Amino acid sequence: MKETAGTTGLIFNEPLLWEKGKTGRTAFSLPRRDVKEHPIDKNLKGDGPGFPDLSEVDIVRHYIRLSQWNFSVDSGMYPLGSCTMKYNPKTNERQSALPGFAMAHPLLPQPLSQGVLKLMFELEQYLTEITGMDATTLQPAAGAHGELTGMLIVYAYLKSKGNPRTKILVPDTAHGTNPASASLCGYRSIPLKSNERGVISPQAVDDLMDEDTAGIMVTNPNTLGLFEENIKAVADIVHAKGGLVYCDGANMNAVMGIVNMSDLGVDVLHLNLHKTFSTPHGGGGPGSGPVCVRKNLEPFLPVPRVISKKGKYELSEDFPDSIGKVHAFYGNIGVMIRAYSYIRNMGPDGLKKASQLAVLNAAYIKDNLKGTFHLPYDRPCMHECVFSDKLQEPYRVTTLDMVKRLMDYGFHPPTIYFPLVVPGAIMIEPTETESKEDIDLFVESMKAIAREAQENPELLHAAPQKTKRRRLDETSAARKPRLSG
Amino acid sequence: MKELNELKFPDDVRYAESHEWARSEGDRVKVGISDYAQDQLGDIVFVELPEVGDTLDKGEEFGTVESVKAVSELYMPLAGEVVAINETLEDAPEKVNNTPYGDGWMIEIKAENPSELDGLLDNDAYLGTLKG
Amino acid sequence: MTRMRYLPHTPEDIAAMLKAVRIDSLEGLFAHIPDDCRRQEALNIPENLTEWELNDHMDTLAGSMAVSPDYKVFMGAGSYEHHIPSAVSFLLGRSEFVTAYTPYQPEVSQGTLQAIYEYQTLTSRLLGMEVANASQYDGASSLAEAMLMAIRVSRKKAVAISRAVHPLYRRVLETYFEPTDLEIRELPYLGDGTTDLSSLNDMDDLGGVAVQSPNFFGCLENVADIKQTIENKKALLVVCFSEPLAYGIYKNPGECGADIACGEGQSLGIPRMFGGPALGMFASKMKYVRNMPGRLVGETVDLDGRRGHVLTLSTREQHIRREKATSNICTNNSLCALAAVMYMAALGGTGFKKLAQLNYDKAEYLKNALTRGGFKLPFSRATFNEFVVEFPAGFSKTYQRLLKKKMIAGLPLVDFYPELKNHYLLCATETITKADIDTLVQEIKK
Repeated sequence: MKETAGTTGLIFNEPLLWEKGKTGRTAFSLPRRDVKEHPIDKNLKGDGPGFPDLSEVDIVRHYIRLSQWNFSVDSGMYPLGSCTMKYNPKTNERQSALPGFAMAHPLLPQPLSQGVLKLMFELEQYLTEITGMDATTLQPAAGAHGELTGMLIVYAYLKSKGNPRTKILVPDTAHGTNPASASLCGYRSIPLKSNERGVISPQAVDDLMDEDTAGIMVTNPNTLGLFEENIKAVADIVHAKGGLVYCDGANMNAVMGIVNMSDLGVDVLHLNLHKTFSTPHGGGGPGSGPVCVRKNLEPFLPVPRVISKKGKYELSEDFPDSIGKVHAFYGNIGVMIRAYSYIRNMGPDGLKKASQLAVLNAAYIKDNLKGTFHLPYDRPCMHECVFSDKLQEPYRVTTLDMVKRLMDYGFHPPTIYFPLVVPGAIMIEPTETESKEDIDLFVESMKAIAREAQENPELLHAAPQKTKRRRLDETSAARKPRLSG
Repeated sequence: MKELNELKFPDDVRYAESHEWARSEGDRVKVGISDYAQDQLGDIVFVELPEVGDTLDKGEEFGTVESVKAVSELYMPLAGEVVAINETLEDAPEKVNNTPYGDGWMIEIKAENPSELDGLLDNDAYLGTLKG
Repeated sequence: MTRMRYLPHTPEDIAAMLKAVRIDSLEGLFAHIPDDCRRQEALNIPENLTEWELNDHMDTLAGSMAVSPDYKVFMGAGSYEHHIPSAVSFLLGRSEFVTAYTPYQPEVSQGTLQAIYEYQTLTSRLLGMEVANASQYDGASSLAEAMLMAIRVSRKKAVAISRAVHPLYRRVLETYFEPTDLEIRELPYLGDGTTDLSSLNDMDDLGGVAVQSPNFFGCLENVADIKQTIENKKALLVVCFSEPLAYGIYKNPGECGADIACGEGQSLGIPRMFGGPALGMFASKMKYVRNMPGRLVGETVDLDGRRGHVLTLSTREQHIRREKATSNICTNNSLCALAAVMYMAALGGTGFKKLAQLNYDKAEYLKNALTRGGFKLPFSRATFNEFVVEFPAGFSKTYQRLLKKKMIAGLPLVDFYPELKNHYLLCATETITKADIDTLVQEIKK
């Protein structure tokens, strides 16, 4: 087996910020004072925040050392299912750092902000085209925010038809944000069991769908990595009772240029720019969650919307049925710029190729690991595949033990214990930016771990060994929370 | 997680299918969760209890019990008014793991219908539901 | 198709992999999808650009925007221009922060986790609160979440909010509340620019009361008075903000009795970027922590007893609690929180105070110059780095003339407050020079 990336290397220790520094130090060059000091109302005056004083050397060393403790896409592979941890192109960073974008005030007179307005207008068009829908909003700041926006649109539309309804169908493979977003709109989530093929069955939907159900929240491809083969029939049943189909578009990376969401009967969907469209995860955001809708839902999109008038771009509030605003301004422009650059760089053939190769990589992993790990749904997968720890049960080794050991091999763990329908689930999504060599090394590492599970389970229980910290006590952290220092 | 034969199912309490136990103590009924339930949950980090004075029906949710990665609802094994709650669980939720039938008790109720206790499962019947 | 630098597969790789999975072509990977679900036509988007063509295209788009140093933009209103030290931009460019995932696997994410723990700590200290979360999307959604939290804690059905809170934040709050059965009541503002609290006395069913300080007019509210008014009403006091630098010289929300402090942190080392990504800062009293939305990082130890950090109290969140979660938030604005803590660390406590004083002084200088020029300041209350001016009728012509001279003389308020015709919100931060201010006033007076 080739040498894996997992190692300890030269990784320094570093204390907390307030354990460093000395009063009077600074890392900031204060601008030259050209106005005199003015007195402050003594009833309102405060003492300022208790921050440590640090030099520039202090902060640079601090953050360089901290950065060394992080795994990242630029360091290695993250086979995280439903996260689409693809490579983040560096040209995207160059574009979003351009001062014309970075320094722009959102409330500039519109003739002076044409560049960004044009970019937003075009990006909306590209996303509309890629999903096969009719209109797009870029305002939601993350996927879950997009889900909330989508559900607010569903609510507003149904209310305009006389009854917003009180329930929504949520499959057992749905991401937790789906029912959470539905709750925020006052909808009660009705659980829907997937069938033995791991997909939604029309019969199950028919049994539950009624005129008090707003519709269904599907994910396609679903979180088992499977195409929801009955989706058109399901959509027909929902539509027949006046409901709407919401699609969680987190897994769009499998189907760009391959499927039109509108053809499947989807009425509203959200996208994750920080998944499918290569914008970086930032350790937990910022992301961006655009929402695409069919024509009948267009009037409800958030405002303002970018419109084109005689070759100029404007922000218009002239949409009386709009749900309103979900973000103070227009959404995460900095993230949109990166996604726009990605789409312009890839072009139509590039995006389709990305989806094809994402699916090829996942299919290859599935075939290679089948037999080593239990594969609950042995069928063609899309961009991700799901295994479980069933075969390792006799050795008392769990999914958690195995993925913790994977870190010692230089990989980030896949998504685990999700979806809930597979106990001990291991969801693997390689994305298209991983090369065959890296995928082969990943497969070999997983096989090595399966052998270790059999021959030396203690090694797995004690894993990881090579990382900056070993397993951490999450129980005490929750029992006696220490949330600031 | 332990095997069933490693867990305790005392005979001085009755059990609900949803894993709560109930024990008659004078004119009060003490309620907690079974050894099986605490073992399934893992290290318990937090228990959310009702307020003293709350009146709830049989089967109604009276609180939640949390581990690091999971939350479970707690359901009234019989109807009644909550007359006491185990406040020590706020600082020591691990009591539910260590002594689920003793110091890990959760609430005390004044039963509306004390005969509902007989309708609950005895330890053999409860163990039967776990094996099935 | 031209070779793409993010797609490493060579034709040989593809052939070998297809052979291994026993499928004849890339198209064959999708054969299991029903025909009536397949898209037939190619994607109708522009052909791919080379890196160099993309640069030219983006330079043109960016070049059309009105930004400094070319333009002098005297606007705040929720988006502020502050100097960002090169050291901060440099450190924020570290791949290990930028391209890292959410720290669900703490052993390989200690960098992000410690940095966010430090952010939570410095945010708590800045706002004078006991606990802060790991960030939300922006000031507006933070406020909406704060009100929902106040409702959860109090179990009431109504909230009150000052009309002097940022109008765009209030619109977001309305959108969030629309599908609920919750009520929003508006508190008007007084002639001095602060909130009129009189109607609060009769409201006994409120779950939360929200004011912004400094408010949208730049004025400092009497937060301690509000706290006193609602003390016995079991309503939570929510203090929001759009310019946290103000707490370098003014009392912070915690000192004034806030139960929840939330708002916009863009001023702290994050570029304006036409409004996003921004930084929703959120903090509260410790006793409410289990009702708080968003991620929380806590301190703990590992198997070897060494100090480390983990995400904690996760049972509040959507991935565990699902429909009963405190919020649906998943991805937040982590990298922006990192920018903010780097900025706060770079300034230090001493520097933060000095920078805040300088901002205050620039705005006071502009205020005095305008007053001397005969222009009216309608609100008498103390301000920070922005304030309202009432210009004479017809000022819009002057405004347009100034635009042609590349000066943006504040934000006209009439679209937000129809009763405030000819009122403009002007802002001067440390990035505006005395000369800029003198030129502006001179041109206005012409």
